[in-house]
Amino acid sequence: MSKEYETVIGLEVHVELATKTKIFCGCSTAFGGAPNTHTCPVCTGMPGSLPVLNKQVVEYAMAVGLATNCEITRHCKFDRKNYFYPDNPQNYQISQLYLPICRNGHVDIELGRVSVNQKNAGKEAGEIRHKQVRIHEIHMEEDAGKLIHDEWADESLVDYNRSGVPLIEIVSEPDMRSAEEVIAYLETLRQTIQYLGASDCKLQEGSMRADVNLSVREVGSTEFGTRTEMKNLNSFTSITHAIENERERQIDIIESGGKVVQETRRFDDAKGESYAMRSKEDAQDYRYFPDPDLIPVDISDEWIERVKAAQPEFRPAKIERYKEEYGIPDYDIELITQSKRMADIFEESVRLGADAKKVSNWLMVETMRLLKEKNMDADKLVFSPAHLAKLVELVDKKVINNNTAKEVFAQMFEDDTDPVKYVEEHGLKQENDSGAIKEICSAVIEANPKSVEDYKGGKEKAIGFLVGQVMKQAKGKADPGTVNEILKELLS
Amino acid sequence: MANIISDETIEYVGILSKLKLNDEQKEQAKKDLAQMLDYIDKLGELDTEGVEPMTHVHPDVNAFREDVVTNGDDHEAILSNAPEEREQAFAVPRTFD
Amino acid sequence: MADKINEMTAVSLGKEIAAGRVSVKEALDSCFEMIEKREDEINAYITLDKDNAYKRAEDIQKKISSGELSSPVAGVPVAIKDNMCTKGLKTTCASRILGNFVPTYTSTAVENLEKAGAVILGKTNMDEFAMGSTTETSAFGVTKNPRDTSRVPGGSSGGSAAAVAADECIFALGSDTGGSIRQPAGYCGVVGMKPTYGTVSRYGLIAYGSSLDQIGPITKNVEDTAAVLEVISSYDKKDSTSLNRKDTAFTSALKEDVKGLKIGIPSDYFGEGLDPEVAAAVRKAADDLKAAGAEVSEFDLSLVEYAIPAYYTIADAEASSNLERFDGIKYGYRAEEYKDLHDLYKTTRSEGFGEEVKRRIMLGSFVLSSGYYDAYYLKALKVKALIKKAFDEAFSKYDLILGPVAPTTAPELGKSLSDPLKMYLGDIYTISVNLSGLPGICLPCGRDSKGLPIGLQLIGDCFKEDILIRTAYTYERMTR
Repeated sequence: MSKEYETVIGLEVHVELATKTKIFCGCSTAFGGAPNTHTCPVCTGMPGSLPVLNKQVVEYAMAVGLATNCEITRHCKFDRKNYFYPDNPQNYQISQLYLPICRNGHVDIELGRVSVNQKNAGKEAGEIRHKQVRIHEIHMEEDAGKLIHDEWADESLVDYNRSGVPLIEIVSEPDMRSAEEVIAYLETLRQTIQYLGASDCKLQEGSMRADVNLSVREVGSTEFGTRTEMKNLNSFTSITHAIENERERQIDIIESGGKVVQETRRFDDAKGESYAMRSKEDAQDYRYFPDPDLIPVDISDEWIERVKAAQPEFRPAKIERYKEEYGIPDYDIELITQSKRMADIFEESVRLGADAKKVSNWLMVETMRLLKEKNMDADKLVFSPAHLAKLVELVDKKVINNNTAKEVFAQMFEDDTDPVKYVEEHGLKQENDSGAIKEICSAVIEANPKSVEDYKGGKEKAIGFLVGQVMKQAKGKADPGTVNEILKELLS
Repeated sequence: MANIISDETIEYVGILSKLKLNDEQKEQAKKDLAQMLDYIDKLGELDTEGVEPMTHVHPDVNAFREDVVTNGDDHEAILSNAPEEREQAFAVPRTFD
Repeated sequence: MADKINEMTAVSLGKEIAAGRVSVKEALDSCFEMIEKREDEINAYITLDKDNAYKRAEDIQKKISSGELSSPVAGVPVAIKDNMCTKGLKTTCASRILGNFVPTYTSTAVENLEKAGAVILGKTNMDEFAMGSTTETSAFGVTKNPRDTSRVPGGSSGGSAAAVAADECIFALGSDTGGSIRQPAGYCGVVGMKPTYGTVSRYGLIAYGSSLDQIGPITKNVEDTAAVLEVISSYDKKDSTSLNRKDTAFTSALKEDVKGLKIGIPSDYFGEGLDPEVAAAVRKAADDLKAAGAEVSEFDLSLVEYAIPAYYTIADAEASSNLERFDGIKYGYRAEEYKDLHDLYKTTRSEGFGEEVKRRIMLGSFVLSSGYYDAYYLKALKVKALIKKAFDEAFSKYDLILGPVAPTTAPELGKSLSDPLKMYLGDIYTISVNLSGLPGICLPCGRDSKGLPIGLQLIGDCFKEDILIRTAYTYERMTR
C-alpha cells in the first residue's frame, strides 16, 4: 500500500517596488528604454562609484512589513551577497541578511472562496476556510540586469536598465501545504501590496516573482524532508504545475529508495518539468558581509507611526464596510475592491451624490470592458470620481441618454474629459422638446406604413423599429422612453 | 604551521575568487594562506565575549536620497570602456538562463 | 624668488600666481622640466597629461587674472594618485586589469581641487590597487625614492610622495587604507595626512578597503597640508559614509602653540623591531615639543600587535568583494582566449591582477567563506571595536599620540616582497589609525646615519585634525 505524503511549501517572493528611481542611484526605473539608457556609474558597477539609499524604498518596505504584521527592525543594515554573474555588475548584490528591515509577520489567507471568474464559469461557492501563513522576514535588495541571449553569435548581451531596481524579498515560513494555499497567499500579498501602491505585482512582467521551496514528508511526520527551490515561475498556472510536478518527482525518488538532493531547479513551463541548475563554478557560498559603503538605517517610532498612519483600508475591511454602507450586491463589491483605484473612484463618486448601484454599473460594465479591450490595469484608470458622478447625473436628469453616455464615458476613460463640457461642445444634449419629437414621430409613422400596420395588427415589437427610426432622425438626442410614449399615443 | 590548506580548499578559494592557479601557484597560495591564517589566529588570544562587531567607526545613520530621477541617458559613456559591445549592450560568452 | 618654481610650496606658489608674479604656464613649465629631468629614473607617474594641463592652465590663468577665481591652490600643479577617477584621463590603479580604463566621471576630491583651480599634471604610480607598502607591486614598474634611488619610496602612495619629494609637482593627493599616505611621506621626507574617516569623499576613489580608505594630501610642508585638506574636504551626498563637518577650516589651526598640550607616547610603539635611529629621532621630536611647552608622557596603548591581523582580515575581506567587479565585461582588460563565461572571469582576473592582489583576494574570500566568517571576519570586527576603545581611553587622557610612522627608514628596492608577512609588519604604527577612523599626520623629524628621512607620526582623536596641524606646524617651525 502506498504511503500518504504531505507537501510542505515556503515561498520567497520578490516584489519590484514602484519607486521612480533605482535603490542606490538616481536612474529611472521606467520600463522599455533602449539597452543601457537608464544607467550610470553606480548601477553599472563602475570603479569608484558608491551607492546611496533611496528613502522611498525604506518606506515601501516598512509599509509592506506593517501591512503583513511584521516587526520593524529599528537598526537595520545592508550586506553584500557575493557571486559572479554578468547581470550583476559589481559581482555582488546589495541585500540584507543579518538585519533585514522586517521580521516575524503573518498574513491571513482565505481558502475556498470562489472568484468572480469561477462563478461566471458556473462554479459553486464552497465552505470558506482561513489560515495564517507566517512571514519569516522581508528584506530590501537590488535587482539584476537583463541578459539577452543570441543563439547565432553564441553570445549573451547585458542590459543594465533593470540593474539596481529596488526589490523587497518576502520570505515565508514553510506553512503552506498545497498549490491552492500558495495561490491564496500570493493573491493576498499582491492585493495588499497593490493597495499600498508599493508595486503593481505583475507575475508575467516580473514585478512579482515567486521562488517555491518544497519538500514532502509522510503524513504525520514532524520532521521536514529535504527541500528544493524552484525558480522561473511567472504565472499562477506555472506555479501550480511546478508544485504538482515537484511533489510527484520527490515522492517518486523517495518511493524508489532514493534521496532528494537540496538544489535549485528551474521550471520549464512549456515542457512542464524542472531541471537542476548546477555548475561546478557556482559554489553557492555567498560570503555575505555588511556593506561598508552604506551606513545603517535607524527607524524611529515616529517614522513607523507616520507610515502606519498613511496605510490604506485594506480589502477585507473594505468589503465588510461596503456590505454595510452601500447596499450593492456582494458580486459588485468583490469586483470593485479588486483594485484600490477602482474602489477609491467608487467611494468618491458616491460621496459626491451619485447612486451607488449606478456608479457600480459603470465600473463593472463599461470600465471593465474598456480595460479589457485596452489591456490595461485598473490602477491606471485616469477618470476622476467627480466626472463619473457628473455623468451619472447627466443621465439621471435625462440630459443625455444611455447610449450617448457610453460615448461620453469612452472619452472620459481616455483623458478624464469633463462630461458636461463634452456634451455641450459636441451638441449631445437630448431633445426634450416634445413638440419637435412629436413632429419627427408623425413623419416616421407616415414613412413606415408597413411597421404601423404590423403594430396595429398586434405585433408589439414593431414599435421598436419605429423608435429606432425616430432616434436616428433625432441624431440620438431623444430619450427613447419618451419617444416610445409619444408613438404609442399617436398610434392609439 | 598550525593551519594546513588542502588542495580542495585552495581549489575552492580559486572558485570563490575566480582565479586560475597552476600547480606551482597553488602550492605557493597554500603556503601563503596558511601562514597568514596562523598569524590571524593571534586574534583568538583576545577575549571578545560580548563585544559588538564594529562595522562602521562613526555612529552616523540614515544617509538617504530622495526618490527623484537625476540621471539621463548615459549609455555612450557607460559603454565606452566595454571590451566587447554589441547592440548597445555588453557582450559576454553565452550564459544559459 | 630664491626657489625655483617647482620647488615652491603650494601656498607660496599660489600667492605668487595670484599676485601675477608667476603665470600658471610658468608653473607647469617648471614642473614638466623637472619631470623631464628625473622621471626616467624616479618613475613617479603612470600617466602624464601635459596637453590638457596646458589647455587648462590657459583657462585657469584667465579666471585668476579676471579675479573670478581665487583659492590657495589656483593655478598650482598637482599630481593625483592613479586610483582616483579622472574623467577622460586613464586611471589604472597600477593594474594591468585597468590598464586601458578611462573613467567617465571625476572623483569628488579631484573635482574639489579642480574647482579651486589646481592643474593636474598626471596620475602617479602606486602599489597595485593600493595593496603594498613599497610601490613595487605596480604593473607599471617600481618608483624610486628621490632621496636615495636605490630605495623604495614607500607605498602605496609612493608615486605621489616621490613626485612631491623630487619636486616633480607642487603637491599631490594620495590615499591611505593602512598607512599609504603617511608611510611614503615618511620615507620620502615630505608631509602626508590621513584625515578622519568620512572627511574627504570616497566617491570616485577606486576602493581597496572601503571602511578604511581615505584620501589625503601629500605636500612639502604642514601649511600646504592644511590648505589642501581644506580644499578637498566636503560633505558629499554621493558618498553615504561622508560626514557633514563644519570644522574643516584647517588653515586656521596653523599656529605655533603647543603649550599645555598633552602628548602621549605609547611605550608599545618602542618595542622590538623599531630601528634605534628611528626611535631616537622620534624621542628627540617629543623632547623638542616638550621644550616648547607640551606635556609629554608615556603610556600603554595596548592591543598594538592585534591591529595587523585584524586589519588584514578586514581590508582583504572588503577588497575581495570590491575587486569582484573587475571581470573583463564592463571595462578594463579581457583575456584573449577563454572557453566560456567562468573561464573568461578566471583567465581575465588571473592575467590582470598581480601576485599581491591575488594573495589578498584569496585571503579575503577565505575569511568570508562559509564556516570561517565568525572565526575570522567577525572576530576581526570585534577586535577592531576593542582597538577603537583603547584609543578612546587614550584620548580621554591625551590630546594627541606621538610615535614613529614606520619601524625603519626606506628599505632597499627588491627586498620586501619576498616575505609578505614581514612587509605587513611594517604597517604596525599606521593601521590602527585606519581601523579606528582617526586622523594621522606624518612629517619629517630628521635623518638616519644613511641620510634617509625619518617620519614622525602624530595621531589625533576623530575630528581633531586641528590639534595635529597645530602641533606639526609648531614642530616644523622649530626644526626648520
